[in-house]
Amino acid sequence: MVLVFFIYFALVSIVAGVMTVALKHPVHCGLALLALLLHVSGLFILLNAEFLWAVQVIVYAGAILVLYLFVLMLMNLKTDDRYFHSSYRYFLAPAALGSVYVMSLLLRSPFGGAKGDAPTVAVLQDGDTYAVGIKMFSDYLLQFEIVGVFLLGAVIGAIVLAKTPKQIIEKRGR
Amino acid sequence: MVPLSAYVAVSAVLFITGLLGVLIRRNFIIVLMSVEIMLNAANINLVAFSYYLESMAGQLVALFVIAIAAGEAAIGLAIIIVVFRGKISTNVDEMNLLKW
Repeated sequence: MVLVFFIYFALVSIVAGVMTVALKHPVHCGLALLALLLHVSGLFILLNAEFLWAVQVIVYAGAILVLYLFVLMLMNLKTDDRYFHSSYRYFLAPAALGSVYVMSLLLRSPFGGAKGDAPTVAVLQDGDTYAVGIKMFSDYLLQFEIVGVFLLGAVIGAIVLAKTPKQIIEKRGR
Repeated sequence: MVPLSAYVAVSAVLFITGLLGVLIRRNFIIVLMSVEIMLNAANINLVAFSYYLESMAGQLVALFVIAIAAGEAAIGLAIIIVVFRGKISTNVDEMNLLKW
């Protein structure tokens, strides 16, 4: 059962990723990106990460993608005739060969390693959100605070960058 | 039981797709979307290793990656708005003011 869901989520997210890159109209690319994000969140569910699933749906699909679509619709973009790089065909063959090589390496390697302190049984006992919260507010408190300061800086930077300059306001005013 | 290498392979394919998008697309917004694809591929990797190696650290780092993606999207779109206001184009080939 898990295997069936994995194949579905993996295939659809790869197809949606390719469509995001290959479609011509930017709004269609945004909608393909939405499909990609939702199916990646499905992969998170299969990996027992419900909290990340919720964050992915709320932050990525709910906030970031709406931001993209707002900008696309506000700016009324015209699609260029030449929307790929002029020599994109030369990129495709090395990318295909490289991905085949990397895939053959990845599918062969066993990925052993030292186990951590959060086995599945212990995580499922109180839920994933509980485990993430305990870990975040004990071992990762400093990083959490740094991310908060970073987001504050990003918000202020976005407001300062996107503010309409004074000359334009005066020109439009009269 | 899905093997770990399957998740890693999916994430590798998505990452290469995003990288190709950054390299060949000429629309700045699509380039930013391709960066989001790459960040998502990294997140899949982090969560898969977190599950199979039984550690919580991967999920936390994935959470921080999502926060940083949000900041990157906000700043990137603000830059697009500034460029678009001046030049009426979002083609990355025409944005060469810093290329001296």
